[in-house]
Amino acid sequence: MSQVPANLRYRESHEWIDPATGTVGITDHAQAELSDVVYVELPKVGAQVKAGDQVAVVESVKAASDIYSPVDGEVIEVNSGLPDNPALLNADPYAGGWIFKLKVANAASTDSLLDAAAYQQHIA
Amino acid sequence: MQRSPLHEAHVALGARMVPFAGWEMPVQYTGIVEEHKAVRERVGIFDISHMGQLLFEGPGAEAFLNRAFTNNVSSLEPGHGQYSLMLNAQGGVIDDLIVYRLSQREYFVVVNASMIAVDEAHLRSLNWGEDVEFANISAVTGGVAVQGPKSREVFKKVFGPDAPYPERNTISLSVTEEGILYLCGTGYTGEEGFEFFAPAVTFGGWFEKLVAAAREVGGQPCGLGARDSLRLEMGYPLNGNDLAPDKTPLEAGLGFFVDLTKETFTGQDVLLEQKARGLGTKLTGFRMTSAGPPPRPHYSVWHEGTQVGEVCSGGLAPSLGQGIGMAYLPANLSKPGTALEIEIRGKRYPAETVKKPFYRTEKQS
Repeated sequence: MSQVPANLRYRESHEWIDPATGTVGITDHAQAELSDVVYVELPKVGAQVKAGDQVAVVESVKAASDIYSPVDGEVIEVNSGLPDNPALLNADPYAGGWIFKLKVANAASTDSLLDAAAYQQHIA
Repeated sequence: MQRSPLHEAHVALGARMVPFAGWEMPVQYTGIVEEHKAVRERVGIFDISHMGQLLFEGPGAEAFLNRAFTNNVSSLEPGHGQYSLMLNAQGGVIDDLIVYRLSQREYFVVVNASMIAVDEAHLRSLNWGEDVEFANISAVTGGVAVQGPKSREVFKKVFGPDAPYPERNTISLSVTEEGILYLCGTGYTGEEGFEFFAPAVTFGGWFEKLVAAAREVGGQPCGLGARDSLRLEMGYPLNGNDLAPDKTPLEAGLGFFVDLTKETFTGQDVLLEQKARGLGTKLTGFRMTSAGPPPRPHYSVWHEGTQVGEVCSGGLAPSLGQGIGMAYLPANLSKPGTALEIEIRGKRYPAETVKKPFYRTEKQS
């Protein structure tokens, strides 16, 4: 059973965002589907992104998957530990395996994303 | 979408099922890297029920198969098998396969899942005549591959301590109440192992016994994901990626499995001409030489600023921890140590050509 923390918001394409901090990652369900992550391509700090823009790439043994920004904002930090240890994404997708942090352009925009119950239903 | 006779067993074991060559097959159970390592270090059990099995029998079978395939079936003793290729008239690869000689007049041929219908149509077009009987038993036959250094232990546990282990490139038949079992000393992972085929209706029981025996020695069921990374590390070609109707086996580096001295076989004239003229391109192995994303099929390959090919098979080699792949390159660039670049999402990453296999198993090193 995949973990779906209640305090996060979700995109149907399996990214999560913490509305309190702007931190973005991929869900437990997504990491399990991808299986062993072997490479992560991070966005550039300072990049202005729109909701739905492809901003990072996560590669598993089998395939490369695009990671999309859940909302509009500016990338203010990236998880620099990931390139050396991409398996963090599998082991700890909601904490150590975060991917990037956004300065969210409009705080209300995260409300339009799925809440935990809706995401749970989406992956059921 | 066809289902393996082991479908329910896979689901019960928690496998992730994916469409593959018209079949719904397990891509992984616990994780591709873990399954890959299980095969290299211990043993893995693969469902290969999707693969095709063709039987040829009769006084004309040997001559027909020699005309249809590149390798020389006349060199096979009963009970032995060989890797071979089926070519089109242009010398291009239709399929790669294994031919086993069961007796003087009987042959058992294992072909790729996606090619069963194409192969049968092609073989029929070659007209085997009245002295060859043919049966396509693919739809009623299940198959399992047992691969890894502990394969022998699994075999003894399932078939008994006195049962003769199918040594490399051999086949033995057991007639049981459930029908004929074909036990073959082959695999496609580079490890010691065996494959066996039996009537689909009885297959679940065999699989259960094999998985239980594998678990006793630290092994596990494995999916198509690990099968692909294992064969890539060995530099074994995959039909559809590395073998194609517009590439000859000589270009693919499979000349060892082509007997150009045979009287005649489909595509032979093209290969003879190609051999005399010299190869334009060769399927060449390469490895990434810096940290970066793994190379994948269709990425472009560059040499000194010019695009020289594209990746056929590629990916991360779990045993090596680096990206590896194969590409058809101009013959003058196939020498090991040639500097290349692989373009990935608009950026080029350094690579170099290497000799295959990429990974050497203990027996080879």
